Amino acid sequence: MPILRSLLPFVVVGAIWESFARWGGFPERLFPSLEQVAATFVRLSAEGILPHHAALTLYRLAAGFAIAAVVGVLLGIFMGRSRRAEQFLLPLVSIGAPIPGLAYAPLFLLWFGLGDSGSIVLVAFVSAFPVTLNTWTGVKAVKEIWVRSARTMGADERRLFRHVILPGAAPYILTGLRLALAQAWRILVAVEMLAAVDWGLGYLIFGSREFLNTDAMLAGIAMIALIGVSLEKLAFEPIERYTVVRWGMMTA
Amino acid sequence: MRALLSIFVALVAYEATARSGWFAPALVPTLPAIGRTLWAMLGDGRMEGHALATLARVFTGLGFAAATGLVLGFLMARYRAVERFLSPLVSALMPIPSLAWAPVFILWFGLGNTATILIVFYASSFPMLINTWSGARAVNPLWLRAARSMGASGPRLFWKVVVPGASPFIITGLRLAFQRAWIAVVGAEMLAASAFGLGWVIFDAKEFLNADIMLSSLAVIGAIGFVFERLVFGSLERLTILRWGMLRTARA
Amino acid sequence: MSPIEIRRVSLSYDTPAGKVEAVREASFGASPSEFVCLVGPSGCGKTTLLNMIAGFLTPSQGEILIGGRPVSGQGLDRGIVFQDFAQLFPWRTALQNVAFGLEMKNVPRPEREKIALEQLRLVRLEKFAHAYPHHLSGGMQQRVAIARALAYNPGVLLMDEPFAALDAMTREEMQKLLAEVWRATRKTVIYVTHNVAEAVYLADRVVVMSPHPGRVKAVVPVRLARPRDPLSVEFLEHQRELLSHLTRQEEA
Repeated sequence: MPILRSLLPFVVVGAIWESFARWGGFPERLFPSLEQVAATFVRLSAEGILPHHAALTLYRLAAGFAIAAVVGVLLGIFMGRSRRAEQFLLPLVSIGAPIPGLAYAPLFLLWFGLGDSGSIVLVAFVSAFPVTLNTWTGVKAVKEIWVRSARTMGADERRLFRHVILPGAAPYILTGLRLALAQAWRILVAVEMLAAVDWGLGYLIFGSREFLNTDAMLAGIAMIALIGVSLEKLAFEPIERYTVVRWGMMTA
Repeated sequence: MRALLSIFVALVAYEATARSGWFAPALVPTLPAIGRTLWAMLGDGRMEGHALATLARVFTGLGFAAATGLVLGFLMARYRAVERFLSPLVSALMPIPSLAWAPVFILWFGLGNTATILIVFYASSFPMLINTWSGARAVNPLWLRAARSMGASGPRLFWKVVVPGASPFIITGLRLAFQRAWIAVVGAEMLAASAFGLGWVIFDAKEFLNADIMLSSLAVIGAIGFVFERLVFGSLERLTILRWGMLRTARA
Repeated sequence: MSPIEIRRVSLSYDTPAGKVEAVREASFGASPSEFVCLVGPSGCGKTTLLNMIAGFLTPSQGEILIGGRPVSGQGLDRGIVFQDFAQLFPWRTALQNVAFGLEMKNVPRPEREKIALEQLRLVRLEKFAHAYPHHLSGGMQQRVAIARALAYNPGVLLMDEPFAALDAMTREEMQKLLAEVWRATRKTVIYVTHNVAEAVYLADRVVVMSPHPGRVKAVVPVRLARPRDPLSVEFLEHQRELLSHLTRQEEA
């Protein structure tokens, strides 16, 4: 029953869409019926075109995000543990973070070239900010009493870091990574439209506009939605459930 | 003081790179060159014109998004049926980056303001809706009971208890919505604006390799974003949530 | 089981309002396996004194000897229990929390788990060995904290109002349990409290402190047979004597 109930809204919205499409007030090329969109989705998937686009987008996402995660966590920890690093880096990070990542896009494409390198560097750069800031906050939020207890029990710097600072900051670090992934995803789709790469879901949508292939555009958007939802559900929820939720440091 | 120092060091590092001769001056212009361009563009009013166009688009989109998000958010919190109908749609649509819709909107509405504002609207309505919805549900049931026992009901219960109780979330939602809108407008202007706006300036400058114009616009985008996010919405938060000691509620 | 000696210990620090004397020339001792309570109103420096014994603070004058050796910094010769329930590491189970100190001493896993389980049995929590702290009640968390402080077998147990945040009934049970644990382990205990009845119930000797500046006002031996009956005449007389020391200083 709950599944049926959550399907109902989609049926209603679909029916409204369908009646507009069949009404004929709009050209069919601009406002395709759902049947057409679904058929295109299946056709593009079967021909391997949609998976290929998706694979390249995911490759750029993974590469950019991985760089951002490593750099961001390291910088954040560095800032959290050293007053000097904090004093030097915090102003730069707080100036850079609020500037919309896409505003850098043309510049990065100019500097690092169109195609993969430009978009990966941009995704990495933009999503490193939330990781850095959240990790820094997390390290600062580690309770003094944990550090005291651990030191009393003979923890040295290295083990204090691994057994106390890292798990203590985990809820914040995970939140930062989650935010960063969502941000990376939004930026990447847009940058693929700007960068004129040959493959990628953003390019698929943008390129289809030239030929008025609205059905292909909507099929591409459906794919984007699908990946977006699965990233959120599959990438972080299991990790969070296994760590910070189990530890009672975050509610599910 | 220390903040100024680190910014100064970063600027010197940039200037050294620009002057090193490793990169083409057109791609990495020196700071004085950027300064001159910015000054010239501010002097003849071009930059102000673009900034105003961008701001007008942001606030039109944000205004519609705030209205929609507030109404739907409160309705979802109040009526189970509305919640059941809308929440699956919200969770399906939210992960789609607003800019993925850009080609579709351009196709439907042509290049220009309508498509740009729609993209801004799409980007900013979700944080508004989600925060209003969770804010209204998070209103302390004790307050509702207390107010009811003092004779409040219907519209008065809503305006005097539910709205103020949910306001920490709503104000935070407004700030998030602005952040999203500001990112979206830059991208939307690159893809969908015909001849005006800061995003368009950056994108247009790329065609002519005018990195000085790109960096000047980037500075303006950063400055405006900073002013609104930190000073306007930040002080709104400080004047309300912080003064009421409700920040924890809003962040939780 | 180590003796403790506090010799003319003072601590003062500079504040914008001038020099503050937190502790002035405090002297007292604890013989091996003795239970000493520090009692006094807030601001009398009892927690500051405990923090100096723990090694978190360094006295400006005087010295502290444990087992004949002067204290410098933290060390595994002391176990510490704080008032705050949050002292347990939320990412570790009760057993893993108790085993932490042994892990820092590089005790092999099977052995440290065996010892940790024994300690948990001592505080009657062996059934909850694999529970995470957030699943335990406040009283249970404090029992884990006691087991954790004892697990690596320090000679001295330092306790800073460990039961102050518990409800009255749980507090009584915990005092009883602590008396048993102390009898079983024969640790030298320094126990900070502001509760006179608690001090009479637990201590061999009570050190009464007075504020502004923090000084040792009186040292009162409690020569009552254990287990003690809080309703006996002698118990009440001891309480009255301590109270008279505490009130007299307020008049002075």
